[in-house]
Amino acid sequence: MSSDRRDFVLTAGKLLVLTAPAYAYLEAMETGKAEEPAYKAADHYWGMIVDVEKCIGCGNCVRACKTENDVPLEPYFFRTWVERYHVAEANEHPDVDSPDGGYNGFPEKYAAGDGAKSFFVPKLCNQCAHSPCTQVCPVGATFESPDGAVLVDKTYCLGCRYCVQACPYGCRFIDPRTNTVDKCSLCYHRITKGLTTACCEGCPTGARQLVDLKDPKDPVHEFLRTHKVHVLKPQMATGAKLYYNGLDGSVR
Amino acid sequence: MEEGLLHAVQGYMYPNEVELQWSILIVLYPFTTGLVAGAFILASLERVFNVAAVKPTYRLALLSALAFLLVAPLPLQLHLGHPERSFEMYLTPHTSSAMAMFGFIYLWYLTAVLILEIWLDYRKDMVLMARSETGWKKTLYRVLTLGVDNISEESLRIDDKLGRFITIVGIPSALLLHGYVGFIFGSVKANPWWSTPVMPIVFLFSAIVSGIALVLLMYMLVCFLKGIPIDMPCVDTIARYLMYAFLVDFSLEMLDLIHRRYEAEESFQSLDFMVHTRLYTSQILVQIVFGTIVPIAMLAFIQLVKLSDAARKGIYALAGLLTLMGIFAMRWNVVIGGQLFSKSFLGYTTYKMAFATKEGLLPAVLLMILPFGILWVLVKLLPPFDEEKAAV
Repeated sequence: MSSDRRDFVLTAGKLLVLTAPAYAYLEAMETGKAEEPAYKAADHYWGMIVDVEKCIGCGNCVRACKTENDVPLEPYFFRTWVERYHVAEANEHPDVDSPDGGYNGFPEKYAAGDGAKSFFVPKLCNQCAHSPCTQVCPVGATFESPDGAVLVDKTYCLGCRYCVQACPYGCRFIDPRTNTVDKCSLCYHRITKGLTTACCEGCPTGARQLVDLKDPKDPVHEFLRTHKVHVLKPQMATGAKLYYNGLDGSVR
Repeated sequence: MEEGLLHAVQGYMYPNEVELQWSILIVLYPFTTGLVAGAFILASLERVFNVAAVKPTYRLALLSALAFLLVAPLPLQLHLGHPERSFEMYLTPHTSSAMAMFGFIYLWYLTAVLILEIWLDYRKDMVLMARSETGWKKTLYRVLTLGVDNISEESLRIDDKLGRFITIVGIPSALLLHGYVGFIFGSVKANPWWSTPVMPIVFLFSAIVSGIALVLLMYMLVCFLKGIPIDMPCVDTIARYLMYAFLVDFSLEMLDLIHRRYEAEESFQSLDFMVHTRLYTSQILVQIVFGTIVPIAMLAFIQLVKLSDAARKGIYALAGLLTLMGIFAMRWNVVIGGQLFSKSFLGYTTYKMAFATKEGLLPAVLLMILPFGILWVLVKLLPPFDEEKAAV
């Protein structure tokens, strides 16, 4: 008997239909019950205040972060780093450096009174509310948590590096030990236990402060009302939640 | 090693930017998918727009498209930190991700368009070969026909009708396939070198250009190897289409360049500096001068001056090779160029290509040879020329 396309489509169709109940059964077997968590993500909305006027470039935050989060020590893997800006009066291009990301502090480079302004800018993930990095992740391995932290599921990340390309602030890197992406998690393991982040805790001048924008008693509300703050690259419209106080226009 | 990486930096880069994320393997990806889309568009000229002159290349164009499409995901797969998880893109796709959606477009194009069209076009041949061959070849052709061995006139008429319908669906699919690759880059707002709405269109036309050049070269090569005379009206027509497509492509790229130069946005100084220094050879010389202007001039020259068949063949071969080189350079300049400057616009890094590593030159070269190997097998199994069948 000669068979034609119709027979083939019918047989293939039947086989395909049979796989659906089998898959549903497997799914049902895997579903477990989750425990009620003590920390309620919906009650918080995290951000940070970074006070450029207070940063002294000691690098405590960088060291604390690398230790706390087991970040590779090589000088091109950072969850947080500090930049030194040196801006001469009419110069369009600032001098910027960040030796070892500020891990060892900053060796003296500029003479006092050289007619330029110099300041330090701590950088870390901006925990964007409309984050371009999570938008591009092909499997949703990186996501915005309901409490405003941008997190990575390392057990799910493909290591495609699209998110690294999509972050306008250069806050992501590939951990060479796991071949998955890594970034500031806002010390999620600490803040969900009521602690502050390692970098905030280690800062001797209080230049960084973790804030909970959903907590009406958090001093952040008063701070944002009384200070002229700025976010990095506002033209990117990422909904950054890192509020910089005293940020110079030359900072990128 | 660390020192080496940091020494490559000029000016200031965010520390995490020092290492390049996407290597030569990611350059291959838009290059190969572009060849696929272009070859398919050329094939559909004959089928849908009834350009009879290009008929001799119809089947070869489809087989070339399939050979390159099968290889297209391999460099991506090799590049992933966790290739074993890549299937998650199909099981749990993130719908806002251009990359995830590309997976579906790829699969759609591979199965619903290309394989189906080839199958319908070759079904009669396969049934006949299943009847005439013996041994493993008989079994293979029988499997390839999927047991559909009805080759009555009525059945073949349906095949042809279906094939035509699939080609019509296939044209927007091929445009989508490569336009989408452009979108993957063009939609990254953080990167001003990539972020432009014309990126998908530029990718599309450069894809058509590279695909036409590939089929032109492959046709001449296969004819040469098999000792079949080259159908000159056919290659003349293909070369003319190549020139038209190239002119559109070049105009679009120049439009983008003029627009960028005139608007001179925040990133312009940084990008302009890059084009004049680190990208000068690959962008200005290889891509624009020798990979675009020279082949267009060669093809235009043929339109104006009457030349002998032998001279035309020589010029087509050279123009085709220069075209492929130019389009490859274009992919290189997009992918690698887009990572050589800092998003702070204050510094630049260098791409140091490794050789025999997972993402080095060696696997890249092997991955570019592979489609030709696949094509060789495909041409053996599914002879693309009628002349040959008559000879057997």
